[in-house]
Amino acid sequence: MGGRESSPFQAHVDMQAVNKWFGALHVLRDVTLKVRRGERIVICGPSGSGKSTLIRCINGLEVHHAGRIVVDGVELNDDARTIDQVRRGVGMVFQQFNLFPHLTVLENCTLAPIRVKKATRTAARDLALHHLTRVRISDQADKYPSQLSGGQQQRAAIARALCMNPKIMLFDEPTSALDPEMVKEVLNTMVSLADEGMTMLCVTHEMTFARQVANRVIFIDAGRILEDEAPEAFFDTPKHDRTRAFLSQILH
Amino acid sequence: MTRHGRPAPMFRDWTNTIATIVLGALLAYVAYSFVQWGVVHAIWRLPDGASSIMCRDVRGEGACWAVVVERARFMLVGGYPIDEQWRPYAVCLLFVALYAASLVRTLWTRWLLAFWIAVPVVAVVLLRGRWLGLTDVPSEFWGGLPLTFLLSTAGFTMALPFAVLLALGRRSTLPAIRALSVGYIEVVRGVPLITFLFMAAVMFPLFAPQGVNVDKLLRAQIAFIMVTAAYLAEVIRGGLQAVPRGQYEAAASLGLSFWSAMMLVVLPQAFRVSIPPLVNTFIALFKDTSLVIVIGLFDLLGAAKAVIVDPKWVGFGVEVYLFAAAVYFAFSYAVSRFSLRLERELQRAAGTA
Amino acid sequence: MIPYAHGTAPPMRTTPRRVSWTDPRVRAIAWQLAVVAALIAVIATVALQTAINLRARGIASGFDFLTRPAGFEIARGLLPFSSRDSYTRALLVGLLNTVRVSLLGIAIATSLGLLIGVARLSGIWIVSTVARVYVEVTRNTPLLLQLLFWYTVTQALPAPSDALNPLPGVYLCFRGLFLPAPIWHDGFPWIDLEQPTLVGFGFQGGTSVSPEFAALLVGLSTYTAAFIGETVRAGILAVGRGQAEAAAALGLSRLHALRFVVLPQALRVIVPPTTSQYLNLFKNSSLAVAIGFPDLMSITNTTLNQTGQAIEAIALAMIVYLGISLSLSAGMNLYNRATLRRGGTA
Repeated sequence: MGGRESSPFQAHVDMQAVNKWFGALHVLRDVTLKVRRGERIVICGPSGSGKSTLIRCINGLEVHHAGRIVVDGVELNDDARTIDQVRRGVGMVFQQFNLFPHLTVLENCTLAPIRVKKATRTAARDLALHHLTRVRISDQADKYPSQLSGGQQQRAAIARALCMNPKIMLFDEPTSALDPEMVKEVLNTMVSLADEGMTMLCVTHEMTFARQVANRVIFIDAGRILEDEAPEAFFDTPKHDRTRAFLSQILH
Repeated sequence: MTRHGRPAPMFRDWTNTIATIVLGALLAYVAYSFVQWGVVHAIWRLPDGASSIMCRDVRGEGACWAVVVERARFMLVGGYPIDEQWRPYAVCLLFVALYAASLVRTLWTRWLLAFWIAVPVVAVVLLRGRWLGLTDVPSEFWGGLPLTFLLSTAGFTMALPFAVLLALGRRSTLPAIRALSVGYIEVVRGVPLITFLFMAAVMFPLFAPQGVNVDKLLRAQIAFIMVTAAYLAEVIRGGLQAVPRGQYEAAASLGLSFWSAMMLVVLPQAFRVSIPPLVNTFIALFKDTSLVIVIGLFDLLGAAKAVIVDPKWVGFGVEVYLFAAAVYFAFSYAVSRFSLRLERELQRAAGTA
Repeated sequence: MIPYAHGTAPPMRTTPRRVSWTDPRVRAIAWQLAVVAALIAVIATVALQTAINLRARGIASGFDFLTRPAGFEIARGLLPFSSRDSYTRALLVGLLNTVRVSLLGIAIATSLGLLIGVARLSGIWIVSTVARVYVEVTRNTPLLLQLLFWYTVTQALPAPSDALNPLPGVYLCFRGLFLPAPIWHDGFPWIDLEQPTLVGFGFQGGTSVSPEFAALLVGLSTYTAAFIGETVRAGILAVGRGQAEAAAALGLSRLHALRFVVLPQALRVIVPPTTSQYLNLFKNSSLAVAIGFPDLMSITNTTLNQTGQAIEAIALAMIVYLGISLSLSAGMNLYNRATLRRGGTA
């Protein structure tokens, strides 16, 4: 697949002057973003600012209308094969988990490896149990999503994405739908992923997580990237008034 | 104050008491008259050699159940040759077993689906007999309950795949495919079912090449499939709408193709939501198969109607129709009770999710 | 295909490429072309074959038959009709009969359905039970069976010579129901009642309801009433219990609470499914053909049997039924939208 040159200077995700509209609404304005291999990016911004749209463009859930997006050496266009190829290397975790309610946790995890990667049932099962162990819910493997707590569901969703052995993980507000006491278990899972060198793009308002894990924090407002800084610089010396206003709201 | 849903105790205040007494008296009178007619003065069977004059003498005062007793076999299996009657009875048993198995939730597997396809096929093979080395019985001689079961079961199973395609087509982003699906669904649902049966009876033969004579039963079956597909498509569309968008996105982000996502993720969920309305559509189809009598096929109702055309039994329609109604009722009521229970169970399951 | 992407049409392509099968836009067009082409091929084949068959059997085509005399009689309807009148007029008589029985049926089914729905929720055990039994029996047997049953019942009535005479001038026999009819004339009191009188084997004068019409009307409206009753029940149950309790706390009687608080809110839930019940009743009126009432479908059936022009006759009937169905549902959609705009949530 992609990633033929594994030089650390090669951008893993490369967005150049990306624009997108929802009808008349201009949701992404000239977004340019380079993510190197192993980087952990936190994206934040007020609601409706386009942060979810931005990461959804990376795996082609949203079509971008102008500009270039290159993911792991593959340029996204509207060719179905390209989109499939990109999606195989990019995992995604959703705010609402989006586990398949009619399948057990284990079946959720083995579905795509068996159907997309043509893995054998036993191989897929072993892989799934490996990742479920990694997120510490292997004991729940035979339960249905509705029998799990929110935090467990989200960890199962992370395991499901990991089963495709992605090189890049996208997180779209993974903790926003969780009760506060469950946020931590999910964040811990994400921290351990980061420690293993996974390239991560994470839309979140968890600023502690950003400080602890991210190597860059991006602030986006009205479809435009306003800040792109290391966490220390971002939190201590924000450049824009909008960022300061946002941070004061978020951090009380 | 009103309390909905649960009937209150029998006597609450004086209006209730009066209503209960008045209505109760009325009901008691109706019940009394019915028992007088249907039991006390009724004739259950004619002595050997007696003619139906005996029944005519009590007309208006007593029911003539003798017509039902004497003609029940004809109504249940139609004009099928007497020597081969075990075949339609076996077919009835097969279908009843299929329905009974479908009511058990633990049996809901791929196998059940396979049986819904297999049982009608076996039924046709057994009724025809030719391929089994049995006496060949052409479909003109098939009738009664096996015909009702066959038309409704095969109609439902064969309509399902078309219905899925129509439902997906109606939600498609491709304008031509959407327009065709919407057009088909709306036209079929906008005209009476009977027009399609007339089409099957008189128009299909005009479409077929010379010399090709498609069996009338098969033509009626095709009409039922065409119509049922449109109604089922709307049911499935409802189910598809109930599947949240996040499910499509999650499937896509895992790299599943459109058809894989549909078959593995979306449709299984859509079907689960749609089971109660699917069952209701089946009941409606089960009852609607009775319309085949207008094109001269003898299903249960057709056979009943044929009985009272017999000069011997002319004038005993009420008894005959009550019998036929009882048979239809037994099936539809059982299935609809099940559907109701299922709906509650599924709602409860959704509530805990 | 990009079934997942729901953006608006991209104003710009990300990369200019040549036509490729993996381009979703190419696939979309190819799919549609393939389906449309297959459809056209099927229709063309069938049309060609049909033309050959028609010629071989010497069946005419086209709608010329519409102006020819029908040659059959139709029992008295809203329009006078004789066998010398054209097929067009015959079909029109049938259509008017269909409309008449549908409108009357809708009116009766609505009132009866409302009664049944409220009775189903009655606190009086015997009332709710009777309503429930009625609904279950009616819904779980085929409508056609019920129509045949009602027709059989009318045929079990006495002969005209022994006709039942429950009220002066009203006669009931297996030939139908005969009633006095008002006759307008000059001079006071301008109106007279004409009594039906027994002549030979039937009644003359006054007005009458044929047994076929009566059976169809009774069958259609009692059947549909059961379904409407269930939507009414569901609608009332959808209004929260708090509403009825609040009405009771204000001192409204049960009847008033139902009339002024619960029903107006329930109506919003009740109207859409009831609309489709009206449509069903209209379409089901075509079962008239099984008991010999001359509705549009019966006349169509006679026409196609006499002329052999099945395609034209059935197409005509389909267009008329479809036209009325679609306009009825369009009208009801407008009404629904208007009610939705008027009020908030129940």
